[in-house]
Amino acid sequence: MNLFKEDIKAGAAKALDNIERLCCGDCGKEMAADIIHANYSICPFCGFLFRQPVYNRIDMIADSGSFIEIERDAESKDPLSFPGYKTKIASEKTKSNVQEGAVIGKATIKGLRTAMAVMDSYFMMGSMGTVVGEKIVIITEFAIINNLPLIIFCASGGARMQEGIHSLLQMSRTTIALARHSKHKLLHINVLTHPTTGGVTASFAMQGDITIAEPKALIGFAGPRVIQQTVKDELPEGFQTAEYLYEHGLIDRIVDRMDMRDTLADILSLHCKTDMPRLINSSKRNV
Amino acid sequence: MAVNKEEVNIANIKDKPWERVRNARKENRPQARDYIAKLFHGVFETRGDRCFGDDPSIITAIAWFEKWPVTIIGQQKGHTLKERMMCNFGMPHPEGYRKSMRALNQAEKFSRPVICLVDTPGAFPGIEAEARGQGFIIAKHLRLMATLRTPVITIIIGEGGSGGALALSLSDRLIMMENSYFSVISPEGCASILFKDSSLAQTAAESLKLTANDLKQFNIVDNVIKEPEGFDRFNMDESVNDIRRECVLILNRLTKIPASRLVEMRHEKFLGMRGL
Repeated sequence: MNLFKEDIKAGAAKALDNIERLCCGDCGKEMAADIIHANYSICPFCGFLFRQPVYNRIDMIADSGSFIEIERDAESKDPLSFPGYKTKIASEKTKSNVQEGAVIGKATIKGLRTAMAVMDSYFMMGSMGTVVGEKIVIITEFAIINNLPLIIFCASGGARMQEGIHSLLQMSRTTIALARHSKHKLLHINVLTHPTTGGVTASFAMQGDITIAEPKALIGFAGPRVIQQTVKDELPEGFQTAEYLYEHGLIDRIVDRMDMRDTLADILSLHCKTDMPRLINSSKRNV
Repeated sequence: MAVNKEEVNIANIKDKPWERVRNARKENRPQARDYIAKLFHGVFETRGDRCFGDDPSIITAIAWFEKWPVTIIGQQKGHTLKERMMCNFGMPHPEGYRKSMRALNQAEKFSRPVICLVDTPGAFPGIEAEARGQGFIIAKHLRLMATLRTPVITIIIGEGGSGGALALSLSDRLIMMENSYFSVISPEGCASILFKDSSLAQTAAESLKLTANDLKQFNIVDNVIKEPEGFDRFNMDESVNDIRRECVLILNRLTKIPASRLVEMRHEKFLGMRGL
């Protein structure tokens, strides 16, 4: 992969200027964030998967320049007037460079049209409040109107506490929107990324026709700490990882980041019904 | 949604959310079985999910409610320690929700209205529950309720704890008892995560706006049933009569609506709750 090597060089030069650095959660090596994100947000030394920023993910999946974002500027109205919430939102916005915990839009993947929602675990842990819920509803309705499949990249710490019951209700709202999408016989693919937990797992993240996950992603309903406090026992090795869910028959496949675009294109092409499916170079791991 | 902030605040001062939460958890508070005994007759309990086992923390039954045969789905916590342990303190496992889905499917098949009684601190956070797909099954349960072609009334009788309670709350009408709560997270959980101090649960309860009155202000709840002084499982007739009256009114309306229109109205109701 030429591209990959070049990007490392470019990134290394920038790193000298003291730009943002990230520490690998596995091997502990410190690297410039740019280098990591140019390499699918994978640690070049040990293969650890960093959380991938939303727009990097979209670049990796969608055909170059094909992504058109909708509803970019939706903002939370702080429905509970929750203490400290407005300040928190403002600081998260500057920190993560996105407006809210999800980005939605339409794109093509190897020429196949699709609607997409990508959640951002950098923005308040991707927690689902009214805006994230509304965005999922909007993109689902958009997909229905335009007769499009929908791909959702899930990443969430769960429902957002600061919006209380309104966050919880987003589980019902997204469910209803997706039920309507499904009724139109449209495809819904979920890609579960690290971490997918709580109210998101218990609603749209587990309602796809096809569910795939990234390696080692934490996926569960209750968080591991809560479970440990409840059962007061050691949790089994690898508990709640993508591999664990795969073993337990809860997801269809674990897909590496570099194969994600191919895999999604393959699945989309299998569901094209308007015209003859285009022939697509299949990914390495065909079943 | 036009909510007058001042009104909410006044309601909150009068409301004492923490008191309400503690009331909702009281040992002698009427539970699903108590309501089932008073509200319905000819109760036939159905058991098991036909897949893994039976979960006593969710009761499913068919029974007569006034002139209608109905399906009952109730979350049960238990009064005595022994009962509580048997019911896993009201925290359902995936098989509980599968059992409930079985009841919902039958209700749809026989066009029976469904009455759900919600009372749970939350779905059980355990190793086995996760391995059997707790999140998946709640998601599926929600999906089923979203498209169910028969009327559903949900009554929150005690604790409405997070996703475990929400699973039964995607309904045509939502009723809450005066001293019940419905929240995204327990006040203790919220305090320990956000305020890093679980002893601040009282403050968290106030900030979360989780009481029946709060939810009425948000137009999320349709009716709040008053609880008289000294309301407990031995003194619940007055409130039971109110619930009965309310449910009769609702069913009289909803059973006349064609199923597809009913589902459409349910969708409109929830999609309209933007909270924005």
